[in-house]
Amino acid sequence: MISVGLFNYWACMVLMMIGLYTAIARPNLIKKLIGLSIFQVSVFLLYISIGKVSGGTAPILAEGIVVYSNPLPHVLILTAIVVGIATLSLGLALVVRIGEAYDTIEEDKIIEQDLVND
Amino acid sequence: MTEIIDIVLLSFMIVLAIAVSRMQNLFMAAMMMGIFSFLSAIVFTLLDAVDVAFTEAAVGAGVSTVLLLGTLSLTTREEKVAQKNNALALLVVLITGSALIYGTLDMPNYGDPNAPAHKHVADRYIEKSGEEMEIPNIVTSVLASYRGYDTLGEVTVIFTAGIGVILLLGHIWRKEGKQ
Repeated sequence: MISVGLFNYWACMVLMMIGLYTAIARPNLIKKLIGLSIFQVSVFLLYISIGKVSGGTAPILAEGIVVYSNPLPHVLILTAIVVGIATLSLGLALVVRIGEAYDTIEEDKIIEQDLVND
Repeated sequence: MTEIIDIVLLSFMIVLAIAVSRMQNLFMAAMMMGIFSFLSAIVFTLLDAVDVAFTEAAVGAGVSTVLLLGTLSLTTREEKVAQKNNALALLVVLITGSALIYGTLDMPNYGDPNAPAHKHVADRYIEKSGEEMEIPNIVTSVLASYRGYDTLGEVTVIFTAGIGVILLLGHIWRKEGKQ
């Protein structure tokens, strides 16, 4: 029997940091939003990992089952997934608009154009 | 057995995330994000969160891939700037990451039934929601009834985002209508 211990949380932290790095280091705006999505998924995984009870089952009431996993994180994350898609769609719409106005979606080129216009 | 599957899937997700982060072709990155979301849906199923799993499979892998592809068709498919490593960003990320991992050392082990998270209101939902709501799925009864206002707020957020997208991109459709 292999014990997972804290591995789940560590994997979440590593994923979170990959997402954060992509969001701050990559100049491409779509890439930044993809990094944000990776970050979001890692937060979801962290919450759901906390809600797991060993030997438990999915929180759907059935006869003969005593141990259920914690349903509360599941509810919170359901809400968070849908809010996440809302923010992603709004961010992508902004990227399209920026692409039309500046003819590029690379952050450094946008800043260059801004400096020239000033 | 599920522990091994859990570890393998999470490692695969990390590899995939690194690949997405390094990829220059945005079309491929969008596709890889779809795979990433499906993998996370499988992990959610392993962690007993079936409702979260199918929402992630439908919304995370389906809708967000479609949104990304739509954006790519309106902008560009290639990331133009050549790969350059950002030392400052890497430093910030490493410090934040090690602080977070240091924080997890105090957390209860994975699956610990005595973890503080399971000792508060969750027990009440599990014991009482069956007779109070007469819905077998506890997640549904909490989402739609005990925390109904949360869900109402969520609908407000989606509505606001929808209005924002229409305001930002509406001129594209108007232009097409005139032609």
